Amino acid sequence: MRRFTLTIAGLAVVALAGCSSSSSSSAPAASTSSSTSTTGSITVFAAASLMGTFTQLGKQFETAHPGDTVKFSFGPSSGLATEITSGAPADVFASAATANMDTVVSAGDASNPQNFAKNIMEVAVPPNNPAKVKSVNDLAKKSVKTALCQPQVPCGVVAAEVFKNAGITVKPVTLQADVKSVLSQVELGNVDAGMVYVTDVMAAGTKVKGVTIPAADNASTLYPIATITSSKHESEAQAFVAYVLSPAGQQVLTAAGFEKP
Amino acid sequence: MVTRTGPSHLTARERARRTARGGSSRSVPAPLLAPALIAIAFLVLPLAGLLIRAPWGHLGAALSGSDATQALILSLWTATVTTGISLVIGVPLAWVLARGSFPGQRLLRALVTLPLVLPPVVGGVALLLAFSRVGFVGRYLDDWFGLTIPFTPLAVVMAETFVAMPFLIITVEGALRSADQGFEEAAATLGATRMTVFRRVTVPLVAPSLGAGAVLCWARALGEFGATITFAGSFPGQTETMPIAVYYALETDPNAAIALSLVLLLVSVVVLVSLRDRWLRGGSLS
Amino acid sequence: MTHEGGDGLVVDAEVRCGSFSLAVSLAAAPGQVLGVLGPNGAGKSTLLGAAAGLTPVSAGRIMLAGQVMDDADAGTFVEASGRPVGFVFQNYRLFPHLTVAENVAFSPRARGLGRRAARSAASHWIDRLKLTDLADRKPDQLSGGQAQRVALARALAGQPTLLLLDEPLSALDAGTRLDVQAELKRHLAEFTGPCLLVTHDPLEALVLADQLIVLEGGRIVQEGTPAHIARRPATNYVAKLVGLNLYAGHADGSQVALTGGGDFVIPDQGQHGDVLVAVRPSAVVVSNQRPGPSSARNTWPAKIAGLTLLADRVRLDLDGQPPALVDITPAAVAELSLHAGSEVWLTVKATELEVYSHDHIRPG
Repeated sequence: MRRFTLTIAGLAVVALAGCSSSSSSSAPAASTSSSTSTTGSITVFAAASLMGTFTQLGKQFETAHPGDTVKFSFGPSSGLATEITSGAPADVFASAATANMDTVVSAGDASNPQNFAKNIMEVAVPPNNPAKVKSVNDLAKKSVKTALCQPQVPCGVVAAEVFKNAGITVKPVTLQADVKSVLSQVELGNVDAGMVYVTDVMAAGTKVKGVTIPAADNASTLYPIATITSSKHESEAQAFVAYVLSPAGQQVLTAAGFEKP
Repeated sequence: MVTRTGPSHLTARERARRTARGGSSRSVPAPLLAPALIAIAFLVLPLAGLLIRAPWGHLGAALSGSDATQALILSLWTATVTTGISLVIGVPLAWVLARGSFPGQRLLRALVTLPLVLPPVVGGVALLLAFSRVGFVGRYLDDWFGLTIPFTPLAVVMAETFVAMPFLIITVEGALRSADQGFEEAAATLGATRMTVFRRVTVPLVAPSLGAGAVLCWARALGEFGATITFAGSFPGQTETMPIAVYYALETDPNAAIALSLVLLLVSVVVLVSLRDRWLRGGSLS
Repeated sequence: MTHEGGDGLVVDAEVRCGSFSLAVSLAAAPGQVLGVLGPNGAGKSTLLGAAAGLTPVSAGRIMLAGQVMDDADAGTFVEASGRPVGFVFQNYRLFPHLTVAENVAFSPRARGLGRRAARSAASHWIDRLKLTDLADRKPDQLSGGQAQRVALARALAGQPTLLLLDEPLSALDAGTRLDVQAELKRHLAEFTGPCLLVTHDPLEALVLADQLIVLEGGRIVQEGTPAHIARRPATNYVAKLVGLNLYAGHADGSQVALTGGGDFVIPDQGQHGDVLVAVRPSAVVVSNQRPGPSSARNTWPAKIAGLTLLADRVRLDLDGQPPALVDITPAAVAELSLHAGSEVWLTVKATELEVYSHDHIRPG
C-alpha cells in the first residue's frame, strides 16, 4: 500500500512538472482557416508609458470586435522582455525601445515587429517646483533630487542619451523600475525632478509640471509592436496590432503626445 | 482468525530499535505520506533549481561586479544596524509589554505585532506617508533640519527596523513572560534595585531567547524588499540592498541574480542551523 | 497581644491577599530564632514576603531594629531592595548563570561595592560555610546540601539585620537533612540578628527554633517554646504533627465529656469548663476482650481502621468513641492477631491524660 502511494505521488510530481514545460514547447494549434470572425481573449504586454493610450485602445478594440477581450500587463520593457523569453503567456508585445523587442525576436518568440510610435523625453517636476528647476541642466546640481529609470529600462537608456547630449552628469537619488514609478515619485513630491516621456507629463495633467528639453539635447525612442509566436490567438493578436497601426489607433496615440514613428 | 490484521515483516534493526527505545511503528500512514511528499517537493524543488542552475564556475566573477558587492555590503551593515537599534529600543518595549500593567496594553501589543502580518510594501507606504519630504513628520524634519530621509541608507534602516524589530520584541516578550520571577525576587531581597535586577538577572536569564530573536531580526532585515524599495527607493551603494539587486539583476545579469540568491540562501541556512529549534521553543535559562 | 518597639523584628499587621487574610502579632528578638510552624496555606510564605518587603501589608506595620519598614496607616513602605534582610528561599533560587562565588558576591555588589571588594567580602562567607572548593562551580553542579549552604552564604553576605528562612531543609533528602540541620543550627546561633524560620516539619521546628509560633488559617493559634507546644498542642494539626491524640471536651471535676462522644476520667484538679485532653499513642493499651477491673479508669471499645508500620512500632488508627491513635509493638500485633476491622478494647490511665484549658495555651 505504501509503495503504491509513493508511486502515485511520484507520478503526480512528474506530471505537474511535465504540464508546465509542455505548454511552452507545444506548437499552438493554429487555426487552419483564415476566418474573419475573431473571438477570444488576448493578453498584451506593453511598456509602462503606454498605460493610458493602450487601455483606451483596448476598450475601442473590444467595441469594434464584439466577443473579444483585451487584457494588459504594463511594466518596464526590459522586464517584460525577460518574462516573454521565459515563457510568460503573452499574445502581443509593445516595447518602448527597439532593443527590448530585438531580445524577444532573437529568442524566437516574436517576428516581424513594426514601429507604431515615437516618444521624446521631458523633465517632470512637482507643481510647486521646489528646487526651481528651469532646464535639464539643473538636474546636474547636487541640490536637486532626481529620479531616473533603471539603466536597463528604455526610459533609463534614453535619459542617459539626453544627458550625454547635454554634456551633464546626473546622480539620481533613486533608480525606479519603470517610467510610471518615476512619475509617481515626482507626483508625491519625494523628488525634485524626474526624467519621463512627454506623454507621461501630459497624462499626469496638473499633478506635475513639465520642463521642456531642447531638441538639440533631447533623444527619442521608437516603439515597436509584434505578435508573440506562441500565441494561441494569432488572428486576434494580429487584429489588435493592425488596430494600433490603423489611423484610429494612431489618432489616440498622437492625441496623447506620441510622435509618428 | 485471531488477529485483525495479518503479521507484517519486522526487520532486525527495526525490532532492535523498538525493543530498546519503545515506540510504535515509525512508518508513515499512507494518507499522510502522499501530501507530505508533495509538500516536500514544493519546498525543495525551487531550492534545488537554484543550486542546479547556479553558474558555479563563474560565481566569483558574477559576484564581483560592483553592483553585487555594493549590494552585499549595504545589506550586511544595514541589517546589523537594524538589529542593534532593535535591541536597544525593542528589549525595553518587550519588558514593558511582559511586565508592565497599564491601560491599553493589549492594544499596544497588537500594534507591535502588526508589522509581522502587514504586507511589507504597505509598511513602506506608511513610512512614506510619515517620513517623506511631504509626510506629516518628514516635512518638519525637512523644514527645521534640512533632513530628508527617503533615498538614504537611513531610510533602508528604518524600513528594515519597521518589519524586523517586532520579531525580536515578540521573542523576548515571550521569554520574559515565561521566565521564573523568583530569581528577580531573590535579587531584590539581596539589595538590587530594579535596573540592577534587569541588568544582572533578567537579561542574562533570557539571553538564549534574546540571541534567537536578534538572529531572526537580522535575517528578516537582510531579506526585506517591499518596504525598502517603496520607502528608500533604489540606488546602488546607497539603498539597493541584496534582494532589490536580485530583482533588477534578473533583467540585466541573470548570473549575478543567481549568485546573489545563492548568497542569501547560504545566509538563511546558516541562520537556521545556528538557531536550531530554539526559536520554536522560545526558551530561557531558568 | 501587641508587641511594641524594641530591637529585632516586630510584626503587628494584616495582609489581605484575595480571599485569604493573614493577621499576626509577633516579635523576634536579636539573636533569637523564631520558628513559624503551620500547614500549607496557613500564611507562612505571606508572612515571610511581608517581612522581606515583597508584599506590602494591608493594615498595621512592620518594624525592624527600631525602624519602620512598612506602615499601612502612615503610608510608608521600604522596598525589598532597601531592607537589610537576607532571604533563604525554599528552592534556593541560586542564579543559574553565575558561579557560586558570583552568587555570594551578588549582594555586596548590588549594594554598591566594586567587583574586587565584593569578591573579598564574599570569600569570607564562602570560607566560613566551607564552600571554597566549590567557588567556581555553577549551581547546577551542586548537590542539595551544597546549594543550601550557598543560599545561606549569599543571604549572609549582604550583612542582613534580619534573616528569613523558608523551609530551609525541605528540598533535601532525609539523609542529608540531619547533617545540614546540625550545621544550620550552628550558623543560626552565630547570627546576631533576629531570624524567622518557616517550616511545616515539626522536627525542624523543634531542633532549630528557640521560640515557636503555630500558624493556621492566617492566625496564630499557639505560641511558646517548642517543647511546651509539643506537650500541649492547641490544635489537631499540631497534635497530629507531634503524634499526640487530642480531644476537646467539657470538664467537670474528675470527668470530661468529650465533644466527639465518650468521656474520660481525669485526675481531679478542680477544672471546670472547656478543656483539651492530650494522650500519647504509646500510653494506650489494646486488648482483644474487655479487660477485667484494674487501676486504669478509662476503657472503651474501638475498631481498627488501619495499621501503619513505623520504624520500631505499629501505629493503629482506631474508630470509636473517642477515636484514637495507638502505638504497639509488631509482636503484639501478631500475638493478638490484629488486622483492619478487628474489634478491640482500649485502656488508658487517668494519670496519663494531659488536661489543659485554652487559657494555658499562650504563656505570657
